[in-house]
Amino acid sequence: MKFFAFTIGLSIAALSYNVNADATGKIPKNVFSPNISLILDGRYTDIDNSELALPGFQLGGEAGLSDNGFSTGHNELNISANIDDKFYGSMNAAIIYENGATEIELEEAYIETLKLGSGFTIKGGRFFSGIGYLNDIHDHAHDFADRPLVYDAMFGGHLADTGLQTRWVAPSDTYLSIGAEITSGAEFPSGENTDNSNGSAFFIKTGGDFNVSSSWLLGASYYQSKFDTREGGGHSHGGDAAAADNELLNGDIDVQGIDFVYKWAPNGNPKNTNFKLQAEYFVRTENGTAEFTEDTNSAEATYSGKQKGFYVQGVYQFMPAWRFGLRYDRLQADNQITSFVDSGIDEDEFLEESGFGTANDPNRKTVMIDYSPSHFSRIRLQSTQLDNGRDPKNNMIILQYTMSLGAHSAHAF
Amino acid sequence: MKIILIAIMVNALWISSQAAATMKVFACEPEWKALVEAIGGKHVNVYSATSAFQDPHHIEARPSLIAKVRQADLLVCTGAELEIGWLPLLLRKSGNTTIQQGEPGFFLAASKVQTIEIPTKLDRSQGDVHASGNPHVHWDPYRLLTIAQLLNQRLQKIDPQHTVDYAAQYEKFSANWQSATQRWEAEASVLRGKKVIVYHKNWSYLLKWLGIEVVGDLEPKPGIPPTSSHLASLINVVKTEQPAFILMANYQDDKGAQWLSQRTGVPLLELPFTVDGNPESDRLDTLYDDVLSTLTNHHYFIEEPVK
Repeated sequence: MKFFAFTIGLSIAALSYNVNADATGKIPKNVFSPNISLILDGRYTDIDNSELALPGFQLGGEAGLSDNGFSTGHNELNISANIDDKFYGSMNAAIIYENGATEIELEEAYIETLKLGSGFTIKGGRFFSGIGYLNDIHDHAHDFADRPLVYDAMFGGHLADTGLQTRWVAPSDTYLSIGAEITSGAEFPSGENTDNSNGSAFFIKTGGDFNVSSSWLLGASYYQSKFDTREGGGHSHGGDAAAADNELLNGDIDVQGIDFVYKWAPNGNPKNTNFKLQAEYFVRTENGTAEFTEDTNSAEATYSGKQKGFYVQGVYQFMPAWRFGLRYDRLQADNQITSFVDSGIDEDEFLEESGFGTANDPNRKTVMIDYSPSHFSRIRLQSTQLDNGRDPKNNMIILQYTMSLGAHSAHAF
Repeated sequence: MKIILIAIMVNALWISSQAAATMKVFACEPEWKALVEAIGGKHVNVYSATSAFQDPHHIEARPSLIAKVRQADLLVCTGAELEIGWLPLLLRKSGNTTIQQGEPGFFLAASKVQTIEIPTKLDRSQGDVHASGNPHVHWDPYRLLTIAQLLNQRLQKIDPQHTVDYAAQYEKFSANWQSATQRWEAEASVLRGKKVIVYHKNWSYLLKWLGIEVVGDLEPKPGIPPTSSHLASLINVVKTEQPAFILMANYQDDKGAQWLSQRTGVPLLELPFTVDGNPESDRLDTLYDDVLSTLTNHHYFIEEPVK
C-alpha cells in the first residue's frame, strides 16, 4: 500500500514536469492572486479550571481548554489556489499568541491533483486526515467553540499528519467515496518512529438526499500506527515546562470510528431556517510500555488500553442569522496495567500522572447560541459543564467571535 | 487495503469504459437546465443542482451533488461568484477531469456576456458584493440568446456526433426567442419609466431591459436580511418615489415585504425567479411570459398616490 501510493506520487510528479522558462525574462505582476482568507478568533472565557484532565486518556497534541479571561484563539491564515491545470495547493497556518509568545503552527500544507480522472484524487503534504466527519474541518467552522471531547481525547484535537491520501468517488447517484492514507505516524495519538511512515488510515463515506429538504452523510474510518516513542501529557500552547516526562514506548494503536450527519432545510434553502444533527463514535486500542519520570523518580508498566467515546449534537437555525445548539459528549476507558515497576513512584501516583488511571466516565454537556449577520461573521455564547469523573465539575462560559475576511468561505456539507 | 484499492480501480475502469448514450449535464440552476434541454433535446440528460425555491448562493456542497458532478460530461453554471461557496468544492471533490475549469466541459454563463453592476469598490462593508458584477443574467433576453448560441457551439464541440441536431434545435430556439422578445417588449412598453422596490438585486437585468427604475431595496446591503429600521426608512421612499410595486422572488422570506406592502398599499409581487418557480413557468419562454403578464397586469393598480 505504501509503495503503491508512493509510485502514484512519483508518476504524477513525472507527468507534470516541464520546464517553464519565460522567453522575455520579465517577471509579470502577480495577477494570479491566490485565494487568501484570514480567520480571526477571540474569546472571553469564565472557567473553573483550565487544566484538562480526562482520566483514562493520556492526552497529547492540542488537547486542552480555553484559558480563563480574555484570549485569542486560532487566528488562521489560509492561502489556496489552482497551481496549474493539474494541481491545487493550500496552506493553513494558525497564529497563536499565548503566555507572552507568538507561535505559528502549520495546520495544513498540501497539494492535490485535479486531473487524475475516473474519480481519483491524490493529496500530498501535511493535511487533516479524512477520517471521521469533523476531523478535516477546521475549528473555526465547527458549530461549538471547542472540539468534541472524543477528538481531544483520542486525536489531540485533530488527526493531522504528513503523507499521502488517495480518494476515489464512485460514479453512482448515491455518493460513495473511499479514501486511504499513508502518513508519517509521528503525530499523536501515534508517535516518533524510525520509518517515519507508520501511519495508515482508511475511510469510506456515503451520502445522499432523503428528499429536497433533507440530506445525510454516513462514514466509517480506521486508523492504525506503530511507534517507538509517544510523548504524552497533553499540552496547551507554550506549555508549562514541567520536569515530568510521560512516555509510551514501543507502542501500537488503532482507532475505528463511525460518523453520521443529517441536515434539514425547508426546500433545501438553509438561509432562513435549518437543522443539523451529527454524531460520531470512536473506539481506540493502544498498547505499549508506559514510562513516567519526575526528577529522579520514575515508574514503568506494560499498558494496554481500550477506550471509547462519542458525541451527539444538534444545531437549529431558528431564524435568519440565529442558531441554537446542544451537544453531549461521553468517554469511557478500560485500561490494563501489568508488570508495574516502582522506581520512586507508586502505582496510584503513576496512574494519575500518566493519565491511564480511570475514574467514572468523563462526560460533558454543552449549550450554545450564535449570531451570524453575514457569511463572514459569527458571535457565539456557549456554556459547558465538564464532568471528568474524578474532579469537581468544571463549568465554562465562552463568549467568542470567529470572523473571516478575504476569500469567500466554502460551504462544505 | 491493497486488495480493496485494486478492486476499486478495476471497477472504475470497467464503469468508465461503458460509453453513455446521452450526455450527462450538471446545471447549477434551473434556467441553465432549461436552456441545455432546449438545445440538447434528447441527447442530453440534465440535472439541476438547485430548484427554483432555493437561493443558489446559499447551497452546500452536499454528498448528492458531488456524486452528480462526478458523473457529468458538461457543467453549466452561472459563475460570477454566485456558486462560489460550493462549486469549487464540488469540482475538487468530484475527481472528474472533464468538467474542471478550463475544460470544454466547464461552461459559466455569466462569463460569456457583459455583466452589470460591477462594483467600483470591493469592500464587504457594502454587503456580499460580487466582484464580477450581477450574476442573474438569465433575466436579459439578449444576453440569454448570446449564451444559448455559445452553449450550442459548446455542445457541438463536446458531442460532435450530434452537431446537426444541436444546430437545428438552437435555430428553432433562437427564432422563437427573438419573436417572443419582440412580443414581450411590445407588451411591457407600458412599464417603461415605472418605479419599483426590490428584495435583493435579483431582477436588475429584467428591470434594465424594461426601463423600470429601482428606487429601493428591502436589503440594506446585498445579502443582508431586511432590518426593521431599514424597512421603516422605505416608507419614506414610497411616499416620495411612488413605486408601482414591490418585487421579490417567491422563494424569499416575504415577511418584511408584506409589512411594507400593507403599510403603504403598494402591491407586492412574488414572482417565480426561474424555470419551475410556478406551474406556468415550465420553460424559459413561459417563465418570461408569466412574469411579464404579472407585471403588466399590476402596473395600473396604483391609481392614487400614497399620502
